[in-house]
Amino acid sequence: MADFEPKIIAFCCDQSGYPSADMAGTLRLNLPKNVEIVRVPCAGRVETLYLLKALEKGADGVILFACYEDNCQYLRGNLRAKGRLSYVHRLMEKIGLEKERIEICYLATNSGVKLAETLQRKSKELKRLGPNPCVDRR
Amino acid sequence: MIKAEQKPMEEILRSIDPYKKILLSGCGACVTVCHAGGEKEVGLLASALRMARKKIGKPLEILEATPARQCEPEYAQDLSELIEKVEAVLSLACGVGVQTLVRYFPKMPVLPGVNTTFLGETLSHGVWEERCQACGNCILEKTGGICPISRCAKQLLNGPCGGSSKGKCEIKKEADCAWQLIYDRLSSLGQLYKLEEIIPAKRWGVESRDSGLRRIIREDLKI
Repeated sequence: MADFEPKIIAFCCDQSGYPSADMAGTLRLNLPKNVEIVRVPCAGRVETLYLLKALEKGADGVILFACYEDNCQYLRGNLRAKGRLSYVHRLMEKIGLEKERIEICYLATNSGVKLAETLQRKSKELKRLGPNPCVDRR
Repeated sequence: MIKAEQKPMEEILRSIDPYKKILLSGCGACVTVCHAGGEKEVGLLASALRMARKKIGKPLEILEATPARQCEPEYAQDLSELIEKVEAVLSLACGVGVQTLVRYFPKMPVLPGVNTTFLGETLSHGVWEERCQACGNCILEKTGGICPISRCAKQLLNGPCGGSSKGKCEIKKEADCAWQLIYDRLSSLGQLYKLEEIIPAKRWGVESRDSGLRRIIREDLKI
């Protein structure tokens, strides 16, 4: 368990999460080792199923980087993402999976530092929670 | 359209507990519209069930399908190839769809994944409300197009009752009184005279399900 490096899938909105991830790279900020960035045109493009599939297919945690409320280019994409997240949380509770594994984080275009800090914090939290029990690791 | 709600996860997990490989079949019609058993819900539930079973060390293989209408023989029979490969079917179609599969696949356990709830209307995104009880003899013409059978808690044909208060129902406080709605509607149509007609008691035993299984036969359509 000591060498457990949680796999995090970060869905990044093209207006906030992705430019922030780009900035984190430009600033050479430290990110956890096992992060996979998935660029999406809007957080609202992330279907409920994507969140669940990420966990089913091997992620230990998922973060959805979305624009601040009232700041969505498509008006309600971030609110839709928030609603889908709450649906997934309810599903996860029902199947006995810690809902902390999936979260939403609101960013602006230039939030490279916040993105890096959020990923670092998430990685620590996931190390504490342990590996996703629903993943076959053989 | 028919409205349904997904059954509680514990109940679904309990019903599929003996099986290692199932078909999760949705339906592309009514339950898709009310987000209880369409293609998306099939994907979500399948993913959740696989994870739930993996977590307890009893992996479950799930095949997924969403026929256009599970209650139609042609579409139901199209599932036969998939059904041959599994031990049971978990159906997210309404009770009709489940029973269609039961009729065509007599040796296959078919389990319901949703509770078929009512015939209803979409009020807004994510909100549905009952509008019809398929009573078998429509009286909407007499009531301004508002159904007292489905919308009045007491199914009064000549309402309102004494419990109607400020337009709300005494049985379910948040619900509008159907007879207040009927009065308002007839009033706006200038047809309040229709309220003077006493609607006779329905013949539940003749035209409705009280007389047993109902069947519609159209001789001209038979092959």
